[in-house]
Amino acid sequence: MQHSATATPLTHLQRLESEAIHIMREVAAEAENPVMLYSVGKDSAVMLHVAKKAFFPSPPPFPLLHVDTTWKFQEMYRMREKAAKDAGMELLIHQNPEAKERGINPFDHGAVHTDMWKTQGLKQALDHYGFDAAFGGARRDEEKSRAKERIFSFRSANHRWDPKNQRPELWKLYNTQKAKGESIRVFPLSNWTELDIWQYIHLENIDIVPLYFSAPRPTVERDGMLLMVDDERFRFEEGEEPVERSIRFRTLGCYPLTGAVESEATTLPQIIQEMLLTTTSERQGRAIDHDQAASMEKKKQEGYF
Amino acid sequence: MTHSENIDSETIYKTDTLIAEDIDAYLEAHQHKTMLRFITCGSVDDGKSTLIGRLLYDSKMIFEDQLATLEADSKKVGTQGQDIDFALLVDGLAAEREQGITIDVAYRFFATEKRKFIVADTPGHEQYTRNMVTGASTADLAIILIDARQGILTQTRRHSYLAHLIGIKHLVVAVNKMDLVDYDQAVYDQIIADYAAFAEEIGIEAFTPIPISGLAGDNITSKSTHTPWYDGPALVEHLENVEVMATANQAKPLRMTVQWVNRPNLDFRGFSGQIASGTVRSGDEVRVLPSGKTSTVKRIVTMDGDLEEAVAGQSVTLTLAEEIDCSRGDVIAAADAPPQVADQFESTIVWMDEAELLPGRSYWMKIGTQFVSVTIQSPKYQVNVNNMEQLAAKTLELNGIGVAEIATDRPIIFEPYEDNRDLGGFILIDKISNATVAAGMLHFCLRRSQNVHWQDVDIDRAAHALQKRQEPRVVWFTGLSGSGKSTIANMVEKRLHALGKHSFLLDGDNVRHGLNKDLGFTDADRVENIRRIGEVAKLMADAGLIVLTAFISPFRAERQLVRSMLPEDEFIEIFVDTPLAVAEERDVKGLYKKARAGELKNFTGIDSDYETPENAEMRIDTTKMSPEEAAEIIVDKIVGSWSYTI
Repeated sequence: MQHSATATPLTHLQRLESEAIHIMREVAAEAENPVMLYSVGKDSAVMLHVAKKAFFPSPPPFPLLHVDTTWKFQEMYRMREKAAKDAGMELLIHQNPEAKERGINPFDHGAVHTDMWKTQGLKQALDHYGFDAAFGGARRDEEKSRAKERIFSFRSANHRWDPKNQRPELWKLYNTQKAKGESIRVFPLSNWTELDIWQYIHLENIDIVPLYFSAPRPTVERDGMLLMVDDERFRFEEGEEPVERSIRFRTLGCYPLTGAVESEATTLPQIIQEMLLTTTSERQGRAIDHDQAASMEKKKQEGYF
Repeated sequence: MTHSENIDSETIYKTDTLIAEDIDAYLEAHQHKTMLRFITCGSVDDGKSTLIGRLLYDSKMIFEDQLATLEADSKKVGTQGQDIDFALLVDGLAAEREQGITIDVAYRFFATEKRKFIVADTPGHEQYTRNMVTGASTADLAIILIDARQGILTQTRRHSYLAHLIGIKHLVVAVNKMDLVDYDQAVYDQIIADYAAFAEEIGIEAFTPIPISGLAGDNITSKSTHTPWYDGPALVEHLENVEVMATANQAKPLRMTVQWVNRPNLDFRGFSGQIASGTVRSGDEVRVLPSGKTSTVKRIVTMDGDLEEAVAGQSVTLTLAEEIDCSRGDVIAAADAPPQVADQFESTIVWMDEAELLPGRSYWMKIGTQFVSVTIQSPKYQVNVNNMEQLAAKTLELNGIGVAEIATDRPIIFEPYEDNRDLGGFILIDKISNATVAAGMLHFCLRRSQNVHWQDVDIDRAAHALQKRQEPRVVWFTGLSGSGKSTIANMVEKRLHALGKHSFLLDGDNVRHGLNKDLGFTDADRVENIRRIGEVAKLMADAGLIVLTAFISPFRAERQLVRSMLPEDEFIEIFVDTPLAVAEERDVKGLYKKARAGELKNFTGIDSDYETPENAEMRIDTTKMSPEEAAEIIVDKIVGSWSYTI
């Protein structure tokens, strides 16, 4: 964003951007083998954009890693290739071979799907490439246990997170020292809110997956969630027929697990408008959080990003 | 349920109409919001979580589904009966929820028309000084909550002291639960008068008092009709208007710590960092520290195009007109007002680890983007955070706060913490566990001569010793001939060597054959012998060495003479106590035999006295202890007598 040339206070978005840049540069300077986890969603888009700014005119000095479940929306796959190319960064794609072999899918396997493709897949990829620091786009406002997570979050050699044993994080001094085998997850967007993300995308003209904008799409309503029939693998239950609805997504994941909202918002201001007037929180569209109040904390301890 | 009664909050948070009718105007307005970070401090029952929950709730940061979860949780584990327990909104981790207390730092977000706020929520429990200092380190402002029914408690003093210690300029004293004292002005006035007296005592220059009720919503988002006698601002109004630190820092001289050198190709060399203070324009003359070389700013490079000017808080990349050395850890500063460079400091240290501070141990220090090895002296004193008393201390334990001298292994660029948090605040990292064990604040360097323009370092005895990471000692072994002095001294030296310590052993072999070969064994010669050895030992101690001497040195006076040449504590007298009969029986060199035969005159123990030490630092009974055991406890003694250990 253009910084004002007068000595007026920085805006909150300027400060958030500046903080994220500072964090990324610290990692680039101190980690041996960093990587940016790229999930193709709007937070990843912002994170990637900030990374480009942090190292301009150099390309960001680390690759992008997509831990793929093979069940993302088709439009996400298209965006993934384009974004990496535009940034001049290497794109690494990892699909858990065991999950692939066993045909793990969201229709038959429920929670096992997320665990094997995402949690285990991520661990495999980090181990395989020997990454010692991985950027993630998680924000503290997403969920209660995230609010207490540090910006630099340590993982044991087994990728476990210990909420009782976090390093104190003072000023902007990040301790990146670690033993062999340990790694750091780094969340440069920790202090951003959903509104900040959208405002920044708007201000900076950041390219995002079209699924965030409303369009007529084939849908099925199931268990109170609107699912999109994104490809031929979609399994219809008895009596289900795809219905065309004007929908968009507030968050993107595996298409059979991601709920859409009915919407007419086709521009960013309209999306922001809807977001501000809406009364349900962002993660409600994700099936993963619903199990129990502390479910995300559990998943994180096990190594879920 | 009280939250629905208070609808005047709409005046501050009322955005729905604009959002619905003109989203573009809304976005335009909200792009210009500033940001304030603050911390809330209070003990468990002061209503802290309730206040934060209220701020989130009033700013519509709580969605309906979250509210539904909240209502369900309130009934299950809440402390407000059937009413919504706002505190549950901000208590995150499962274990904490069960305990009903917050045990870590959590960050919350809300926004009003003017500002975005980041709230650091930290616990009020005594053992969690660490968390509060952590949360306060990034805060512009602190809200000190006081329960109107309780008045100023120990915790209030503690929180205020910590907020002041960490340099928070804006303090709000929020007297909470005014609804429970019938909004009585007299109660409020008394608390504020008490607080003002306390604040003055600990050096807090100004604070903003506000009577509130987090639960009922009084004076939170708008002035309450219940407190007509109060003419100050409502809490949120105050939060919206306080000047943030980053803005205030723009007026100071330029400092930018270099994080990363940007070299995409041979033609571009940029220095990336976040500006800590001041303003930079292209064409400005800057000085790069620690080299002290000057150059001119050529460009301020960003992806959105070059900037004419950048200010404190911005992350930028600078290119310089002249090619000069500059790398991570260096500081680019205003040419005419650079920060200082030094290697010894007085600092305040907040200890944050279960394992206590080990004075003398080497830790990593991260300050700005500089990463150096440091040692810390025993604290001058520790502060009791409950009453600010200064206590004597040899170390600091978890949550201990003390003032200590700190030495870095190479000069660092710094500014006093009160002038610049980025160049005065540091963390300490354990070299083995990699844990962040402490946070600290540099106050001043111990030798002003360390300014970058005068790299005129006085190589005194302290400098010699510091370079060797040790304290000089003269370890004086005394005892009869054949008592085992040399054997033990040799073993001690081997152990010290293995520990990486620098030592030297003076004994009959290397002294009598050279320096003192003109001396015999008369009493006068014996005295001169010891005097010379004492002088040599002293010079070696000045050079920073641990000197071991193994001489009979039979007379108290000479041992005392050498002792008096050295600073207190540097002379360690070790009496190697072997009874004459035992030594004579060993008679390794056959000297006793000769003496008994009259072939040697003035032999100690036979025809010359040995004056047993009366105040030796250590007595080694060789009839009860092997030389190995003796060496071990002596090394412990040497190292343990330092104001720091290994």
